[in-house]
Amino acid sequence: MLPIDLPMLLADKHATFWFPPAASTFAKDVDWLYMVILYISIFFFVLVVAAMVLFAIKYRRRPGYVGDSRPLHNNALEITWTVIPSLIVCWIFVEGVNGYMDMMTPPVDTIDINVTARQWDWSFQYPNGAISDQLHIPNNRAILLNMRSEDVLHAFYVPAFRAKSDVVPGRVTTMWFQPILEGEFDLFCAEYCGDLHSDMIKRHGVVVHDQAGYDAWLADAAKPPVNAVAHGFWLYQRMGCKSCHSTVEGTRIVGPSFAKSYDQTLRTAKGADVKFDQQYIRQSILEPQAEVREGYQNASQMPSFQGKLNEDQLSALTAFLVAMKDDAFIQAVADGDLSQADKESLGLTDAAGADAAGADAASDTGKSAEEPLEKPADEVPTEPASESSESPPAPKT
Amino acid sequence: MSAVATSPTHSQPDSDNFLIYSKGFLSWALTLDHKRIGLMYLVAVMASFFVAGILALVLRTELLTPTEWFLTPQQYNQVFTLHGAIMVFLFVIPSVPAALGNFLVPVMLGAKDVAFPRLNLSSFYLWVGGAIFFLTALLYTGLDTGWTFYTPYSTTTRGPVVAATMGVFILGFSSIFTGLNFIVTINTMRPPGMTWFKMPLFLWATYATSIIQVLATPVLGITMLLLAAENILHIGIFDPKYNGDPVTYQHFFWFYSHPAVYIMILPGMGVISELMSVHSHKSIFGYRFIAYSSIAIALFSFLVWGHHMFTSGMANVASLIFSALTFCVSIPSAIKVFNWLATMYKGTVQLNTPMCYALTFIFLFTIGGLTGLWLGALSTDRPLHDTYFVVSHFHYVMVGGSLVGFLGGIFHWWPKMTGRMFNDLWGRVSCLFVLIGFNLTFLPQFVLGSRGMPRRYAHYVPEFQELHQLSTFGSYVLGAGLFIALGVLIHSLMRGKQAPPNPWGGATLEWQCSSPPPFYNFSHPPTVNEPYNYLPLQYHGEELGWEYVHPSHTAAPSIHPAPTKS
Repeated sequence: MLPIDLPMLLADKHATFWFPPAASTFAKDVDWLYMVILYISIFFFVLVVAAMVLFAIKYRRRPGYVGDSRPLHNNALEITWTVIPSLIVCWIFVEGVNGYMDMMTPPVDTIDINVTARQWDWSFQYPNGAISDQLHIPNNRAILLNMRSEDVLHAFYVPAFRAKSDVVPGRVTTMWFQPILEGEFDLFCAEYCGDLHSDMIKRHGVVVHDQAGYDAWLADAAKPPVNAVAHGFWLYQRMGCKSCHSTVEGTRIVGPSFAKSYDQTLRTAKGADVKFDQQYIRQSILEPQAEVREGYQNASQMPSFQGKLNEDQLSALTAFLVAMKDDAFIQAVADGDLSQADKESLGLTDAAGADAAGADAASDTGKSAEEPLEKPADEVPTEPASESSESPPAPKT
Repeated sequence: MSAVATSPTHSQPDSDNFLIYSKGFLSWALTLDHKRIGLMYLVAVMASFFVAGILALVLRTELLTPTEWFLTPQQYNQVFTLHGAIMVFLFVIPSVPAALGNFLVPVMLGAKDVAFPRLNLSSFYLWVGGAIFFLTALLYTGLDTGWTFYTPYSTTTRGPVVAATMGVFILGFSSIFTGLNFIVTINTMRPPGMTWFKMPLFLWATYATSIIQVLATPVLGITMLLLAAENILHIGIFDPKYNGDPVTYQHFFWFYSHPAVYIMILPGMGVISELMSVHSHKSIFGYRFIAYSSIAIALFSFLVWGHHMFTSGMANVASLIFSALTFCVSIPSAIKVFNWLATMYKGTVQLNTPMCYALTFIFLFTIGGLTGLWLGALSTDRPLHDTYFVVSHFHYVMVGGSLVGFLGGIFHWWPKMTGRMFNDLWGRVSCLFVLIGFNLTFLPQFVLGSRGMPRRYAHYVPEFQELHQLSTFGSYVLGAGLFIALGVLIHSLMRGKQAPPNPWGGATLEWQCSSPPPFYNFSHPPTVNEPYNYLPLQYHGEELGWEYVHPSHTAAPSIHPAPTKS
């Protein structure tokens, strides 16, 4: 029908001409209704266009042909083409409602994940307190998302799941779906949310594991680094900081870069001089509008993180920002990650005791991986969350 | 039947021609003549369309590549906001009602002018003032909220939201004044014999549109004031920071903006009803069904706003009700399409430029209407909402419907408005370019949408690139078609042949005054006849066109079973 480049289509064996991969339980019904409406529409479209072309040719003005300009009327015909489309749309309505009620009615046994949307990033919080910027879920399990927005409207949209719901600030919106295909799928923000709306594309933002892979990932993700600097960077990646603040010197995304900021004296939008010290960092996270840097007064406003980060996390982020004055550290995180090798060369590995614990944990992965399996998934998520956020010992800089 | 055999062509002196009977800038700027106001509106909305159309090409060109090319994301957002806002508020809403409507309503009705000529002129200047205010605000610091001003982005962004909303507020008054004027004109100024069911269908459509303009536009005004109050005073209605609810804003906004969709399409439908009948030389099929369906659409249009919000977290029951009502509004539109087609049956179809645009309208509007089925059905809407599927759907209706109807109407009434004929061959070429270019632009967008491409994206994932490129090339073809159409009209103004009073053989009253009409429209109250009875029309060749010969000794055959006493 359309001149589409076939190789591109066939790149993903699960995608079809019309649809991305059918990766959730909704896809089958939605795609079926889509196709049925398509056939109905093609039928009526062909009917309309065929009649139009036929009449335009058969009754065209030409020598020797005299049309009849008198009115025609036919109530039977009028009623037919009123009633038949009415019946068809009634049927489409009912089918649409059926599918919709499935989408709006989550089953009892779900894995509950908290989603936070903010300009322009997502974070996901799991029942055991793990936080990530990608959504990791097990295959063939019903997933329930409790979604909040920190600033403006967003919409959580995974085309492969045929699932979308707006994330409305001031409300908790929920949605559910059940993946049926392992793999990585794109996550889009579908509601316009400002400057970098289109950078809220999360390429492969949803990872569907098999159950064992999910458990292993979850156990690992629940352990933030103990070292304060590494913990700060870990939070920087997961709490949405990285979508606006670069770690490369002089690179402005929306807000200023973190590189080489510490200890500098900055000019604020109000014309005052302020030192980029620990107090300034703390204030800027909790009350971002208090001392806006000169040149940024027209940038999108940063939301306050008051109540979203605890003191330990603030300290860790501060330690990370202090470390950002160091060339070696800037170099190490330039690739957007802080690898184990980087940590070792910079001396940011967890301390001896913690190291042992870390090694312990590594050898323990098998065991801890079993744990969430046994745990009822719908257990109150906040309890382990607070536990894990308090678990790192005090920073030892 | 009165036997006054009017031969208006020769009874009106050329110096009474409304274009030249008085001269000078002020004779136009302060005119109370509805035809001059209509022409001024025509120039103004075409200029707006030109600007917004260029912006559309800029957007499509940026979308040739999935990454940043020549627009930063911020600039992209500002450009799509400008494109949408100018198209909706400055072009599509005033296009047919204010430009064609102002020119045609009194003439078609057989009246000398609208009921309130001064209000009419003030509506034009409100439009100009509102447009200047709005554009200044948009360009001054770059508004980037989209034309929908969704909260809380619009209450937190540092753009000139308050000034822009005031511009919309002023434009709303312009729209209300026009609607009010038409309602009063049609109710009170029909000449003897012009019963409701002898009115041309364009007037029925305009009447239905005016009802929406008068009833719905105040809600937009209220919404814009509340938005401004939220921005300045933080009254706490839309912004969750002050205990407001953003979804409340969406309800307010769409309570106007969904009926506004029908402000955009109903007049286009009215134009098509005229074009299909005149150029098929055939009485319209199902006059009453088309007339009633205009009113039905106008009333239903107030009840379906919630279908813009199926993913917003609205209650399930509300979603079900809005979905059901949405399907109800599709039926009157389908009836119109079938009636237009049946009008061609056994007629004498002349495939000239206006008719080609009318058939293009039916082709594109059918696709636009049918794709509404996916979006009205709740389960298929959820993945498609806010994707290119929606973008394509409403462009099929707004551009394929309103714009193509507007162009068809311009070509149809151009000889009447300017007294000049245009080059029909090049007119048809422009129509062919528009048809091909439009489909090439927007058919791929349906596939993009069902594959998951969200709207309002400056960047996108590389899989979508081929379809985006196809769409962009289509937009160039569409742009070329529109430039050709503009060229045809400009050429006609400069070199066009003199137009006869009735070049197409229309039976409605505007074809009974000269082309262009005298400033007083009719020297005597015209003899009202059946609007779609072509039997009394006689053809005198291309130069002289058609003449309506009033049957002086036999009663005109009544073409509608309708009682003439009403």
